[in-house]
Amino acid sequence: MKIGRRDFLSFVIGGAAGTALSPLPWKLMDDSSIWTQMWPWTPVPENGEASYVNSVCTLCPGRCGITVRKIDDRAVKIEGMKKYPVNDGGLCLLGLSGLQLLYGPTRIKGPLKRSGKRGQGEWERISWKEAISEIVEKLGELRKKSRTQSVGVISGSDRGTVPRLFDRFLTAYGSPNFFRMASVRDSYELTLDIMQGVQALPGFDFENADFILSFGSDILEGWGSPVRMMRANSAWKSAGVNVIQIEPRLSNTAAKSDKWIPINPGTEAALAMGLAHVIIKEGLYDNGFISKDTDRFDNWKQLVIDKYSPDSVAAITGIDAGTIVVLARRFVNASKPMAICGRGDGTHPVSLTECMAVHALNALTGNINKKGGIFAVADPDYIHWPEIEMDAKAAVGMQHERLDGAGSRKYPHSRYLLNRLPESILSEALYPLEALFIADANPLYTLTDTQDTGKAFEKIPFIVSFSSYMDETARHADLILPNHVYLERYEDVPMPFGMLQQAVGLAKPVVEPQLDTKHVGDVIIETAKGLGGSVAKSFPWKNYYSCLKQTLGEKWETMVEKGFWSDSESTDQALKTSFDTVSGKFEFVDPNTGLKPQFKPVQIKGDERQYPLLLMPYDSIRLAHGYIGDPPFAVKTVEDIVLKHNDVFVEVNPKTARAAGLNDGQRALLGTPLGTGKVRVHLFEGIMPGIVALPRGLGHTAYDDYLAGKGINVNTLIGPVEDPDSGMNAAWGIRAKLSKI
Amino acid sequence: MSTSDDPAKKTIKDAAHETAAQPSTERKVQKQDKGSGGTIIPFFIFGVFISLILGWIIFPKLLYSKKKQPIDFNHAFHVTQVDNGCESCHFFRKDGTFSGVPKLEQCIDCHEEIQGIDPNEIKFVEDYVSKDRQVPWLIYSKQPNCVFFSHAAHIKGAGMDCVTCHGHIGESKSLKVYEQNRITGYSRDIWGENIAGFKKNPWDRMKMDDCAECHQRDAAGIEKTGVKSPTHRYIDNIINVFSPSSLSIESGDSVQTHRDACFVCHK
Repeated sequence: MKIGRRDFLSFVIGGAAGTALSPLPWKLMDDSSIWTQMWPWTPVPENGEASYVNSVCTLCPGRCGITVRKIDDRAVKIEGMKKYPVNDGGLCLLGLSGLQLLYGPTRIKGPLKRSGKRGQGEWERISWKEAISEIVEKLGELRKKSRTQSVGVISGSDRGTVPRLFDRFLTAYGSPNFFRMASVRDSYELTLDIMQGVQALPGFDFENADFILSFGSDILEGWGSPVRMMRANSAWKSAGVNVIQIEPRLSNTAAKSDKWIPINPGTEAALAMGLAHVIIKEGLYDNGFISKDTDRFDNWKQLVIDKYSPDSVAAITGIDAGTIVVLARRFVNASKPMAICGRGDGTHPVSLTECMAVHALNALTGNINKKGGIFAVADPDYIHWPEIEMDAKAAVGMQHERLDGAGSRKYPHSRYLLNRLPESILSEALYPLEALFIADANPLYTLTDTQDTGKAFEKIPFIVSFSSYMDETARHADLILPNHVYLERYEDVPMPFGMLQQAVGLAKPVVEPQLDTKHVGDVIIETAKGLGGSVAKSFPWKNYYSCLKQTLGEKWETMVEKGFWSDSESTDQALKTSFDTVSGKFEFVDPNTGLKPQFKPVQIKGDERQYPLLLMPYDSIRLAHGYIGDPPFAVKTVEDIVLKHNDVFVEVNPKTARAAGLNDGQRALLGTPLGTGKVRVHLFEGIMPGIVALPRGLGHTAYDDYLAGKGINVNTLIGPVEDPDSGMNAAWGIRAKLSKI
Repeated sequence: MSTSDDPAKKTIKDAAHETAAQPSTERKVQKQDKGSGGTIIPFFIFGVFISLILGWIIFPKLLYSKKKQPIDFNHAFHVTQVDNGCESCHFFRKDGTFSGVPKLEQCIDCHEEIQGIDPNEIKFVEDYVSKDRQVPWLIYSKQPNCVFFSHAAHIKGAGMDCVTCHGHIGESKSLKVYEQNRITGYSRDIWGENIAGFKKNPWDRMKMDDCAECHQRDAAGIEKTGVKSPTHRYIDNIINVFSPSSLSIESGDSVQTHRDACFVCHK
């Protein structure tokens, strides 16, 4: 049979008619519309039982309590823990994005041993047993050769059981080289040690203060504990408390303050001295406190009167003499004024004399150990372990001077001077560092002068990183023993810098460890047991969990239930700490060295003719710049006048830019004596002419595509400047130049 | 259809004119015409027939993939073993949310070890309980993530029983094959077994209009539940857009968010 054109058409028409009478077109239409409503590639949260686990966030030194919402076994949301002394329900951006650090792809999946050259990124997966025996073998060898002092530990903190286990391990093994990452806490600890004779942390009663004089402290960008400070700031706003912000750049804090006073960078101490001059000269100080509770006031007074008149201070700081006089009067006339220091978010120390000068202002108003003032808060005394067993080798090792010179004749009061370690290694003045362990720290990114730090690290033959992420330091390690991330582990977390309460929070596992990781506390204990002898005997615990539980004793139950332990009695006792100096009074002058609060300009690097500008780093709450890098959520919040695609912007005053022939958005080369980096120019009226500001937290070379290769790391351009009185890194910037590309 | 028939008619007409002059051609043409006219209708019917078969029988088979449940569960048997009916396993959690399909933790109370000789139970204990793995059950009645549905409002609030929406699943001795729509990923039970969308029982399908069936049954129902039928609401929304003042909307509400609007059920 021949099928004609018409037959075919007829068939097609019949087919169309039949199709219209079948469910096919209608069902397909319905299904495709449903398909567009529910894209199959959109992740859908699982259904399940909701539960909440209380823990503590340890991503930054702020140490907030968190409540993590879970659906079945998966953590889905991190919220601030209500009633936690630090944050009472609030949480910052980094804390909120913590789940990306738990479930993100950047995590190290198990113990790794370097197989290629250092930093090449070639690794071999090994078992935990192999990993620990590697360490035991290396440490055993060094101990056999009686070079125990050449082992060091860099830790993010020195408080709580994990850092203390490290410290204990080093002591039992025979090395004095335990290092803590520096911060403004170092400056305050030293100041309290010298002026009040106490080993304590400062406790600021911000909630009751009524006048805040901030010498460059970025209250809204992470100084102290970020969430607590934001709450305090809100309370100040509604209570009408004045906040005076002194810094060269219109930061968020300055913008939200009652008065922003731009100051020549690095001259904050001079202003503090100038204010003291007005207060003393006009007799406005708290006479009762000064005459009864202080010592050597007259000694210091003479220096203040002689050298720091408003006119001479105006010449140094660039602040009008009249403004200085008015500010001094306002400060003293407030009933609970408070002066604080530590530039930016306080991750870098200030010079000892600067911190002392600012603290002396508080002493002039008598607002010390008083409601609304500054207290010296001793660390809660809850870690009581048996005596460390030390054999002869350990005793000999411990006799050695620390590699960073802390506690030496030159810097007797300083406890840790990590900034001096690279130089000490490179100069080979003391002895070599042959093994280095790094936990909760990323020194190859965060220490200023990353090139020198890198060179120093190259000379260390054995580097072990406990990082959970492939950060810059982990990439240059020989062995990576990934720790559980903070949502997977137990840890005791004492109250952060600036808090009044003597309390300890408990971080506990929110979820089971997701990968083949191990608690760093367990690694320490197992290594000690592997070494045997007196070292093993110093670690009588089965594992970290039992160590922690035993250490906390009766507090354990409360901490598991409430999330933290606090004892109001011991807090009251701690707050009553009076002056424990030889005179029993507040010392305006260091009785041992005669060091007085004063302005000592920090000699920052660079020749003024070659580098006419000043480069200052600044901090932003949206850019984590500690050992944790910014998670993708947080990177997304960075404005495009800070970071656009992979370009970072430097803030430049239009006047300065004009002189250099640069326009807004233009690409430029930023050079300092240490190196150069490509940037773009953001014209900003809120920065003093002659200054270039670059944010911290960018320019990662490690981590993932969300973070690596974005902008430049300001630490590659800035080097440390040693404070002659304390040995701390007091650099607030470096000389720089901007040139067209 | 008439357009495609026209040339045919014209041919017939032309042929008629030519009849006298060329009789032999006439016969030929007539024969040709007869043959063509005779096959058009069958071809049409054939087309209809084929497409109906395609649309009603082959299409549904192609649209749904068939999956077997990991374990063949006997509801009927288990109901006799528990005290509290369906809620023994499909219970409300403390916070009022509905647990849905039981997790291993609920099964483990009885099935920590193998109790009988049923191959399904042996498989369950060996493959899931002892390995601490959740059973990847395929859920027939799973509603998509883009709508809110609260079991508590229906069971606790309105006092409905499970059968009203889920049918007599509790009396089944084995689990039927799970059919999944290849385009949407939904279970076939949402659209219903009948491809035309006809249903006899409320549980035969569960699309938006099936929710509406109860919710709009009477005016009192609307008042009681506060939910109007989707069609009702759709029309209200159109009125709202063109004449916002004609319907009472509480201040601050938009067309999408006021009391009876889309976002009551849709996310």
